Amino acid sequence: MRKVNQKGWLFVLPVVILVAFNALVPMMTVVNYSVQETFGNNQFFWHGLGWFQDILRSERFHAALGRQVLFTVTILLIEVPLGIAIALAMPRKGFWVPVCLVTMALPMLIPWNVVGAMWNIFALPDIGLLGYFLNHVLGIDYNMTRDPVAAWITIIVMDVWHWTSLVVLLCYAGLVSIPDAYYQAARIDGASNWAVFRHIQLPKMKHVLTIAVLLRFMDSFNIYTEPFVLTGGGPGNSTTLLSIDLVKMALGQFDLGPAAAMSLIYFSITLLVSWLFYTLMTRHDTH
Amino acid sequence: MALELRAVTKRVGQVTHIKETTLKLERGRFNVLLGETGSGKSSLIKLMAGLDAVSSGQILMDGKDVTGMSPQRRNISLVHQFFVNYPHMTVFENIASPLRVAGLPKAEIAARVEEAADLLQLRPMLNRRPHELSGGQQQRTALARAIAKDAEAVFLDEPLANLDYKLREELRDQLPELFAGRGAVVVYATSEPAEALMLGGATALMHDGHVTQFGPTGEIYRKPNSLISARVFSDPPINTARVSKRGDRMHLSHGPSWPATGAAAALRDGDYIVAIRPHHVSPMPIGDDDVALTGTVQITELSGSESTAHFQMGEDVWVSLSPGVHPYRVGEDHTFHMDPTHCFYFAPDGAFVA
Repeated sequence: MRKVNQKGWLFVLPVVILVAFNALVPMMTVVNYSVQETFGNNQFFWHGLGWFQDILRSERFHAALGRQVLFTVTILLIEVPLGIAIALAMPRKGFWVPVCLVTMALPMLIPWNVVGAMWNIFALPDIGLLGYFLNHVLGIDYNMTRDPVAAWITIIVMDVWHWTSLVVLLCYAGLVSIPDAYYQAARIDGASNWAVFRHIQLPKMKHVLTIAVLLRFMDSFNIYTEPFVLTGGGPGNSTTLLSIDLVKMALGQFDLGPAAAMSLIYFSITLLVSWLFYTLMTRHDTH
Repeated sequence: MALELRAVTKRVGQVTHIKETTLKLERGRFNVLLGETGSGKSSLIKLMAGLDAVSSGQILMDGKDVTGMSPQRRNISLVHQFFVNYPHMTVFENIASPLRVAGLPKAEIAARVEEAADLLQLRPMLNRRPHELSGGQQQRTALARAIAKDAEAVFLDEPLANLDYKLREELRDQLPELFAGRGAVVVYATSEPAEALMLGGATALMHDGHVTQFGPTGEIYRKPNSLISARVFSDPPINTARVSKRGDRMHLSHGPSWPATGAAAALRDGDYIVAIRPHHVSPMPIGDDDVALTGTVQITELSGSESTAHFQMGEDVWVSLSPGVHPYRVGEDHTFHMDPTHCFYFAPDGAFVA
């Protein structure tokens, strides 16, 4: 029989402990809440899968999920092509490289609640720079605190401003790793700019793009802080994304059971989509 | 019919990459650019291919001025030292890519791809992608692309440098046949003198952004026009020493001397530089007229069936390269022998004199 070196476990132990405390233990408490009815004085009664059935049938959940999907799809459709385009337009060498990189990285360095607060003030129709400019200089009727469409546009523009840089920087990293020889070979083949993009740059960016889309999907699907600070989910419920709805239910109404069930469903969707996407994108590389 | 460079230079900012160069590279033969890394071979190839713009001068293809014409519009191909293939395309699609861009009919593309694939033994790999191939197969794919395109000019920039020894030999033997009879201008850059000799044709010796000598390979090997050219075209490096001619004899500063014969006999008395290739310095007597040179052995190497010895002689370190295995003793004196008829003589400024 092969001798197994049991000391190996010692090396994995720190990670196991870390993951247990920051992920597994909190998640188990959520699982615990999701199958029970909680009353005052910490009295718990078994409720089975009832909360899950309620959530999956609830129109409120469907609406929040729909808004969430709309938000994520919209920002992905804007940020990914825009990020690629900016990365392609950035200089590959010379003085302007560090300038561009730092400028690109700046939005990502700002804390999320500050981003929300910044855009909130920026977009206020009476005192905000953007709001005032749109209303009083361009004469466009814009009020994100009253008009759902304006609120949506503001949230999306804010997310694009905040996170396109991530796509840009990842794509740029992919682009600069392409040796000059490829571009030379393509020019000698007589390839057009589109062909160079399609046959050299895009295939070489595929891996970083996969990561970029995955990160943007997860972050935007789980987004909370910025829209919460910017619109607080309003006007009405028009920008109440999944996470905002979840917090309302858990901390506003103190419905611990349904909120726990909802967060598990929420988590499963994020996990499932991420897994599907990653598997599909990397399927070609394995065989 | 040829690719011609007329007084071509390349400067980037204050730095001169290519000094004024005039060359005429004929169609249908192997033109080798030989020089060490950084001597300007790749820069010159980029200029010839139109990938870089010249700073001054003219490039002509068959008499037609192509200076400044983009590589897209010229019928050329280039094979790099790195294996450059489109990663997501199969070998077939890779070889076909320039033909598809040119808009050839499907049947002709297939025929030409298959012909090139046969020449390079790639037929079983046509449906694979580059990352599923070995280094040698990837480079053969790049070569097949160059051949299938049937370009007017083919630039091979150290195409074998990243291959292992055996593959390199195999492919090098094949290269001249691959391009024979196609009538293209073939330019082959290498840093190995042995490759230049094996591939034959014409060779341009490059040093420090400058073509120091150009001509049929055998001719310039036997008759270097300067000390620099002699150095470029010798591996291991050519042995040199100061020599003075007094009367009809050549004297090394530390003693050994020999009669000045042949062209050297006509030289005026004075100081010169003598140069002789390491394989003409033997650890054993060669003939009656050889010159005995005694030096202290410093380093010895055995490579395959050849022995190399570095020895200190007077103020110079010389190298002897000889077939067979010789039992040198490091640190001890050994007497080497050279045949003075293989010596080149240069003026102190490096110009060839005899």
